[in-house]
Amino acid sequence: MTNLSIFDIAGPIMVGPSSSHTAGACKIGQFARALFHHTPKKVTFYLHGSFAEVYKGHATDLALLAGVMKFQTSDPRIKESFKIARENHLEFKFITTDLGEKYHPNTVKIVLEKGKNKMSVIGSSVGGGMIEIVKIDEFEVYLQGSAGKHLSLVVCHQKNPKVLKDLEGKINKLGIKIVESVESAFRDERLSVLSLEGRRITVEEVMELEKNTPGIDFIRSLSKLQKS
Amino acid sequence: MNIYEFHTAEDIIHLCRKHKLSIGEIAKRYEAERSGKSMPAVRNKMKQTRDVMYEAVKKGIHSTQKSKMGMVGGDAYKIYKALGNTADMMGNKVTVRAMAYAVAVGEQNACMGRIVAFPTAGGAGVVPGVLFSSAEHFKAGKRKLLNGMFCASAVGLIIAEGATLSAAKGGCQAEVGAGVAMAAAGLTEMRGGTPEQCFHSSAMALKSYLGLACDPLGGLVEVPCIKRNALGCMVAIGASDLSIAGVKSFIPFDEVVLAMKNIAKIMSPKLRETALGGLAVTKTGNMIKRKLGMKITPMDL
Repeated sequence: MTNLSIFDIAGPIMVGPSSSHTAGACKIGQFARALFHHTPKKVTFYLHGSFAEVYKGHATDLALLAGVMKFQTSDPRIKESFKIARENHLEFKFITTDLGEKYHPNTVKIVLEKGKNKMSVIGSSVGGGMIEIVKIDEFEVYLQGSAGKHLSLVVCHQKNPKVLKDLEGKINKLGIKIVESVESAFRDERLSVLSLEGRRITVEEVMELEKNTPGIDFIRSLSKLQKS
Repeated sequence: MNIYEFHTAEDIIHLCRKHKLSIGEIAKRYEAERSGKSMPAVRNKMKQTRDVMYEAVKKGIHSTQKSKMGMVGGDAYKIYKALGNTADMMGNKVTVRAMAYAVAVGEQNACMGRIVAFPTAGGAGVVPGVLFSSAEHFKAGKRKLLNGMFCASAVGLIIAEGATLSAAKGGCQAEVGAGVAMAAAGLTEMRGGTPEQCFHSSAMALKSYLGLACDPLGGLVEVPCIKRNALGCMVAIGASDLSIAGVKSFIPFDEVVLAMKNIAKIMSPKLRETALGGLAVTKTGNMIKRKLGMKITPMDL
């Protein structure tokens, strides 16, 4: 078992009302946005199971949309995410559906679109702000995230284990600690989620790492990064 | 294995004795060691956590805003106002104020305010309620309050590893129950209790919550969650008092945690955050379900 952080208990700092239906939903939105390379123009959320049943009372809709706009789970603006999306000309729609028995009760399929680019991501909120991404387009994946982990990177890289080792070494050299790394097969490559602790990594550093690490397809941050 | 690593109450009591430190101090060192951060950095992070909690309390006790479904809102304000005349109250000022703070956090959460899920959103009121209210009473320094918070977190961590902190897995005992056990230990440490006394208070508190169903109306974190947090403060303060008076838990804390895990395993899913049993399927519960457009569940009697 991985050693829990004291701040997994004394946290996460979040906007209510529910860690699974609000904070977790926001996190799934962040993952969808990170995996989609572009700033989406249109997003459709297909709500399944308990998400479909109680999303209004738990503000799951507001939180999902906020996540797609890269808001953190503790951002008080989650409350106004509809208004902010409209201001930014982001079209959004919520549809209740049944994705099938095999999905966790708290599951959403997010379809992001920009021009010809389109991607669908299926994610489940499994409790306490922990989430799993289980499908990207038609590919089954298994990525884990947590509402409390603000500093996470999604990395798409070649199968060769040396690639990720190389990247992790470079991140460590920046004085940033990698506390967790989970990997999943994706097409003929690999997707990894790296949870960082310590200082916030900057936009420039991420771009530099993406450009200068051989075998890396892309590196995306879940929440908005600051410039150095 | 790290020097300050712990998984059970027995581990941490052993570390406390070995290093002559309190539970809170061990927890702080554990976090610094596992994250690679300095002690001041860890302390600073807890300060930020405290500030968010304090902000939620302060907003909550002055707010009369109702939640979306109108089930909760404005009670923290009422309780806080009643503090002006404690002669009318049976509980003392610390307890009543703790209840006001706990309700404040719950109401803020229900109204989409920012809170700390300490340990979860559903049980987030007890720790700030008990620790903040007692700190005001002791006129405790900031360090003391932070140590209480670290101590409470350590107890939560032991419950998370040994059983669960998710009501979907273990019912309300895992959320409000855990919060009460954590607050009891935190308060006992702030009062100068020994690590053993901290865990006796936690064990007594947690024992009182074993088996508690998670049966919220409409599945929302509102009724009965918020008032359970308020009354949980009384139990935490009571358990701490018992322990300081020299009362010991006959069953050690680690065994109580295992009992909790056992109960979680045999508890019906209908009582685990699904709104399919208990209060959620009462006449009032079903009325709320209807309002939310959910399927009505007949009560199985």
